[in-house]
Amino acid sequence: MKHCLVVDDSRVIRKVACRILESLQFATEEAEDGAAALDACRNKMPDVILLDWQMPNMTGIEFLRTLRRQNDGTAPIVVFCTTENDVGHITEALNAGANEYIMKPFDREILEAKLAQVGLL
Amino acid sequence: MTPDAFANLADMLRRRSGLVLTPDKIQLANSRLAPVAHLFGFKGVAALLAEFPHPREEIAQAVTEAMTTNETSFFRDRDPFIHFRNVVLPAMTTSRASARRLRIWCAAVSTGQEAYSLAMILDEANLAGFDWRIDLIATDLSAAAIARAKDGVYSQFEVQRGLPIQSLLKNFTQEGNQWRVSDRLRRMVSFRTFNLLDDFGWLGEIDLVFCRNVLLYFDGPSRTMIFAKLADILTPDGTLVLGATESADAFVAVSDAPRGFFVRPRGAATRATVLAG
Repeated sequence: MKHCLVVDDSRVIRKVACRILESLQFATEEAEDGAAALDACRNKMPDVILLDWQMPNMTGIEFLRTLRRQNDGTAPIVVFCTTENDVGHITEALNAGANEYIMKPFDREILEAKLAQVGLL
Repeated sequence: MTPDAFANLADMLRRRSGLVLTPDKIQLANSRLAPVAHLFGFKGVAALLAEFPHPREEIAQAVTEAMTTNETSFFRDRDPFIHFRNVVLPAMTTSRASARRLRIWCAAVSTGQEAYSLAMILDEANLAGFDWRIDLIATDLSAAAIARAKDGVYSQFEVQRGLPIQSLLKNFTQEGNQWRVSDRLRRMVSFRTFNLLDDFGWLGEIDLVFCRNVLLYFDGPSRTMIFAKLADILTPDGTLVLGATESADAFVAVSDAPRGFFVRPRGAATRATVLAG
């Protein structure tokens, strides 16, 4: 079973995402900001991270840059999932090492399609 | 909806488009026809269907379009597009290397995503850079769907269903919450409305036909007639791509391909060979 870390400061978004992911046979874990996500990764590196952008303590992009510096630069798969929906933010995320990008609002179909694109389904 | 009204509606749909409307679709018909009734100033679906069996042409057209299924997405089901890119396209470019011409038809393209998906693959293959002439023809029964396809503007939801983010950035420009297909891709596709029950003659010979998830809605005789016409226009080594659950009379499934890929039986006469004989 693949393991997905859902990083979002909204409890509702985390709950919705986890419910979809679990229906797709993923094991899920939650973190409410980038700092908590780094702790979670140190404890157990997930197969994929679903990552919000704007969060207190450490933003998604700061978390991603730190994560990519700490590891071999490719793993784990990171899929941004954010309301920052302009080309500038998308390009910045990809340059920082994101594998895919979901523009909120999202639904099951979009999340499933993106996970398939990164080879997890 | 009364049984008579339903029967009139089903009869008109079958005659105009070959679509089969079964009684379990009454609820669907009511929901899809409500906006049409409103558009033409009727008080409801019952009043709209009271125009049948001889509605005005514009009403008949609008009802037919409303009842057709426009479900689609970019790179829908993925595997057919991966197989096209990795296997079918290289084989066709090899076998057609001297003519440098490839003709592809999306036979029920809906709002255009399938055709633009193929255009992206063809663009990445850079055949135009090697002087290839590519005809990518895309048709649909629905004039409204074709108008949207030509426009090439898609919602945030639509571009996220099947389209990798890198492809989105490369091939679209953002306009608020919508995304517009690049002019380069739009120039690659010729869109037009077309009824599959009509004559295929204008298409000429086609190397690859995408006709996915549409013929399953047709009645048996219409489907048989369309397969015969498809066999007529396909080149001898041409490929027919249907939906994964569909089968094709008079065609042979390709064994080492995803479900839905068909070729003509060996030795089958083409229109070209029939004419020559």
